[in-house]
Amino acid sequence: MRPKNQDYEEIQRALKDAFPSVDTELHRDLWPPMLRRLEEQPVREVPWYDWALAAALAGIAILFPKIALLFAYHL
Amino acid sequence: MSLRERFKEGDLDAFEVLFRQFQGRIYGWIVRIIRDPGMAEDLTLETFWRIYRARGRFDPSADFGGWAYRIATNLALSHLRRRREQELPPDVPEKATRALDPALEGEKRDEIRRAFSRLPVKLQLAATLALIEERPYEEIADALGIPLGTVKSRVSRAVRVLRKQLHWMRVQT
Repeated sequence: MRPKNQDYEEIQRALKDAFPSVDTELHRDLWPPMLRRLEEQPVREVPWYDWALAAALAGIAILFPKIALLFAYHL
Repeated sequence: MSLRERFKEGDLDAFEVLFRQFQGRIYGWIVRIIRDPGMAEDLTLETFWRIYRARGRFDPSADFGGWAYRIATNLALSHLRRRREQELPPDVPEKATRALDPALEGEKRDEIRRAFSRLPVKLQLAATLALIEERPYEEIADALGIPLGTVKSRVSRAVRVLRKQLHWMRVQT
């Protein structure tokens, strides 16, 4: 249910006149460019051992916070 | 295994079936919002690229279309924001499917477009879909992932702001 009132209808009419309808039909198949994109930029998934390494590092940083100073010194 | 389950597992054939099923609808939705056919094709591809990348998080029992519409709407919204930052006026396609009202002079139309482009992007989006494209409020709410009441209030705010701006500019609608 739309709130129809004079303001609404006048503004709607003005907008429809100022912005002509666009053609919403797709005139070409987008699958070939999609397939090219999938081949050019293969979706990289983070392997489980990278997650395990990140978790181990986070655990070490929580258990031994001073180790951050050692890293900072070497940077 | 269902089509959506196969897609979740990374089956490219299943993705192609879903792509072909939805590409037209997603393109149509985006072009209604941004009104630029070339860019709408790019954003349609970007939508499906994101869908494919995020397939692991997809729930096969959920509505694929609804998910795709939300991703497409967010991309279109980001595009509107970028376009506003670059201060480009909204594109008016050369090939219009409806003739312009001859009584509405070019200058007046420009004023209306300018007033519209000054609206906050979220109001612009709601007004484009509800007032220009006349999409049902329920469909807009689903695609934006917001309550129906929020759509109604955005449209009504857009009408109020436009009415005020056009009155100030002495543009008779």
